[in-house]
Amino acid sequence: MPLMQGTKRSFRIWRGNSSGGQFKNYEIEVDTGMVVLDAVHRVQAEHATDLAVRWNCKAGKCGSCSMEINGKPRLACMNRLSDYPDGETITIQPIKTFPVIKDLVCDVSWNFKQLKRIPPLKPKPRDADGNYRMRQQDVERIQEFRKCIECFLCQDVCHVLRDHDQKERFVGPRFMIHLANLEMHPLDCDDRIPQVKNEFGSGMCNITKCCAEVCPESINLTDNGIIPIKERVVDRFYDPIMMLLRKRQSKRA
Amino acid sequence: MSDAAELQTFEHDVLVIGAGGAGLRAAIECSKLGLDTGLVSKSLLGKAHTVMAEGGMAAALGNTDRRDNWKIHFRDTMRGGKFLNVWRMAELHAKEAPDRVRELEEWGAVFDRTEDGLISQRNFGGHRFPRLAHVGDRTGLELIRTLQHYGVHQGMHAHMECKILGLLTDGERIAGALGLWREHGRFVLFKARAIIMATGGAGRCWRVTSNSWEYSGDGYALAYDVGAELMDIEFTQFHPTGMVWPPSVRGTLVTEGVRGDGGILKNNKGERFMFGYIPERFAPETADSEEEAARWLAGDKNARRPPELLTRDVVARSIRAEVLAGRGSPHGGAFLDIASRVPAEAIKRKLPSMYHQFKELAGVDITKEPMEVGPTLHYFMGGIRVDADSQMTRVPGLFACGEASAGMHGANRLGGNSLSDLIVFGRLAGVGAKEYLDRLGSTPQPDAGQIERSKREATDILNRETGANPFVVHEKLQEMMQRYVGIVRIEDELETAIDELAKLRVEAATAKAHAAPQFNAGWHEALDLSSLLTVSEAVTRAALMRRESRGAHSRIDYEGERDEWLKYNIVIRKQPDGSMDVRKEERPEAPPELAKIAHATLDQLEGGHV
Ligand SMILES: Cc1cc2nc3c(=O)[nH]c(=O)nc-3n(C[C@H](O)[C@H](O)[C@H](O)COP(=O)(O)OP(=O)(O)OC[C@H]3O[C@@H](n4cnc5c(N)ncnc54)[C@H](O)[C@@H]3O)c2cc1C
Ligand code: SF4
Ligand code: SF4
Ligand code: FES
Repeated sequence: MPLMQGTKRSFRIWRGNSSGGQFKNYEIEVDTGMVVLDAVHRVQAEHATDLAVRWNCKAGKCGSCSMEINGKPRLACMNRLSDYPDGETITIQPIKTFPVIKDLVCDVSWNFKQLKRIPPLKPKPRDADGNYRMRQQDVERIQEFRKCIECFLCQDVCHVLRDHDQKERFVGPRFMIHLANLEMHPLDCDDRIPQVKNEFGSGMCNITKCCAEVCPESINLTDNGIIPIKERVVDRFYDPIMMLLRKRQSKRA
Repeated sequence: MSDAAELQTFEHDVLVIGAGGAGLRAAIECSKLGLDTGLVSKSLLGKAHTVMAEGGMAAALGNTDRRDNWKIHFRDTMRGGKFLNVWRMAELHAKEAPDRVRELEEWGAVFDRTEDGLISQRNFGGHRFPRLAHVGDRTGLELIRTLQHYGVHQGMHAHMECKILGLLTDGERIAGALGLWREHGRFVLFKARAIIMATGGAGRCWRVTSNSWEYSGDGYALAYDVGAELMDIEFTQFHPTGMVWPPSVRGTLVTEGVRGDGGILKNNKGERFMFGYIPERFAPETADSEEEAARWLAGDKNARRPPELLTRDVVARSIRAEVLAGRGSPHGGAFLDIASRVPAEAIKRKLPSMYHQFKELAGVDITKEPMEVGPTLHYFMGGIRVDADSQMTRVPGLFACGEASAGMHGANRLGGNSLSDLIVFGRLAGVGAKEYLDRLGSTPQPDAGQIERSKREATDILNRETGANPFVVHEKLQEMMQRYVGIVRIEDELETAIDELAKLRVEAATAKAHAAPQFNAGWHEALDLSSLLTVSEAVTRAALMRRESRGAHSRIDYEGERDEWLKYNIVIRKQPDGSMDVRKEERPEAPPELAKIAHATLDQLEGGHV
């Protein structure tokens, strides 16, 4: 690891609020091992005490510190300064898909509203001894989705939300995998597939996979979550043979 | 007419302050019991400290080892807490934790499984059997997400990014709270007939800590200000394994799961040193050779546990002793080695977030190299004193649970006992609040004078012409506490800390925040200073009074546990003149049935003789 004790670095940080703003330059001393969030904090302590930024864990676990660093959606606490070429000015700005409140902080409340719209788990009854039994290989499928730290970086890059602003029609990748989590949950006995199509807008996603690329938890949103869910929708609504089969199965059961 | 009439106002039956595991569980219970429930948090929903918990939650489900049961869990907890725990709380916790964990499963939590499909359990320090229900090493995320997702469908009203500045009373009784929105910097009044404090701990008083910015001890200070007592607050847990390198992540936690899954501690001579630090009390239950420890790891039920899994206070002090003896790692810690013991694939599967964390933050591949670790301030065993069954404080209508409350963990907490504490006592606080409200007559009305005073104190920070930089004051406090009120303590350093705190208080009173109130980090930092100082003072004064070494509290000048101190809790209360009253208070007698269990031998317990 290169030793950087005491070297200076420049940052361009977006400052402003919902009525507008601009980039400002800051120069601070940086030390070995610093991450982008440390630099933001140092700017805050030394030059701009009112600088707004969210953070909690500083270890990639809470999903608070999402921002765009040199144009890429990232967690500021998981990006080391040494990953950027010496001398290069690092540009830091808020994520784009959601309205800015101030500086690096956005209003992400829309996401919390989506969560409320999604019907929760409807658990089946317990076994006679009061336990639930599930096999590790069955839970692993959804454990992947449950790693989500709700950083909303995938929501930030999804072009349906970002470029086309279709928040009325599509819940976005984060909630598509939440739906997948519920639908594939071994204990669940609800059926959300009609809603996935009609209310949550699964048809809007055209599987560009941008969401999976930015996920800091390396969740394979599209291949493992969104595509299987879209397939269930297709089976249900567009495939007459599957429909017949299912009818027969449900009669037998 | 007072300004209070123009304040944005919410009315709830109960206001839960804090949206971590404890607050969410309490709010769910209140909602289920039909109460109109408000839930406030300084951060966004789902980001509270609980999200960071890694290793697991302790509950004697007996899935991985059938010999486990509540009595053994209770005994482990009392021994871990050096018998200063509130007996009834440790009992309730051990008995109710399994049901609370199963309930989480019904609400959607997906724990790792055993071969036969049950909830898997992992080994942790101080626990006799593998007892921690877990999800890889991100159990806290699973807990908080499950409660959050379940909770939002129960009808509670979440108020996010809102800092509570002061509690409001009507006479003695709770009447509400005054808050401040981070988003626009405006004040908000919550009228509530009951309040549940679930604000977590106060690790941010120290420089090296695993805690987030939210851990400024607001709950302790808010409750103390309206007359609640703080108890045993000198017991501040230093987790033995925080990252020590690079400097920017110093203190970030390395889960005890690493040791539970086979990791061992070594000094710079390559020696596995923990065998040299086994306390007498634990010697009969701890392996005395590497060979026996290896058999234990391989699953031999007759082998005893490796010394790396002794309680946290013991391991933290041992690492410190090795460093002082010149046998530390290059950056002043010890080596934690799992790479040479467990296959790379298994490490990645069982400890994925540790793998990720070291790789990203330290450039270390833990499947190939050892980690460098050292003690980090992690947890408050002490806190707001509550009644064991109802969780009510001595202020009518004020309840506390989770890390904000005292009593459950005594002088030292066992790993994994916090997450289960949150769900057990979170629920009980909800039940307690409901019972209180059912008996409550007239609705208490907040005092307009209190509201005005809180508002003025907050706005002064923005309005003064010049003053100290709040970030700098906070840093000074952290350095000071780290130096004088650290992992081992001595009288004259604690005295120095008291003097330094008085000076810092003067400086903090002049703290100035620049610019507008909207999402102003400096302003919030300045507001947090007051709780940080109150808590630091409480810890220091209590540490000064407790002249013995017990659990997480070590006095160089009073080594070893002293039996006479087993009789007391240290209780702190605010005097009418604003000064801090610190007293020894005699503990009630131990219930004989429980004492018998706690003092039994394992053979007696496992044989079902107690
Ligand atoms: C890295 C790490 C790993 C851990 N691992 C484990 C583990 O494996 N097992 C285990 O049992 N324990 C573990 N712990 C301990 C455990 O996570 C905590 O003790 C526990 O989560 C505390 O929960 P809580 O509900 O009491 O508070 P928190 O989850 O901290 O929540 C506190 C809440 O209070 C709010 N708040 C605070 N002040 C105010 C205010 N003034 N106004 C409004 N809101 C306020 C905050 O916003 C937050 O929502 C770990 C802790 C850490 C730091
Ligand atoms: S794959 Fe679908 S959800 Fe993901 S970014 Fe593309 S359109 Fe959005
Ligand atoms: S799926 Fe990944 S990118 Fe999307 S919110 Fe969750 S953690 Fe973030
Ligand atoms: S601070 Fe928690 S993810 Fe960055």
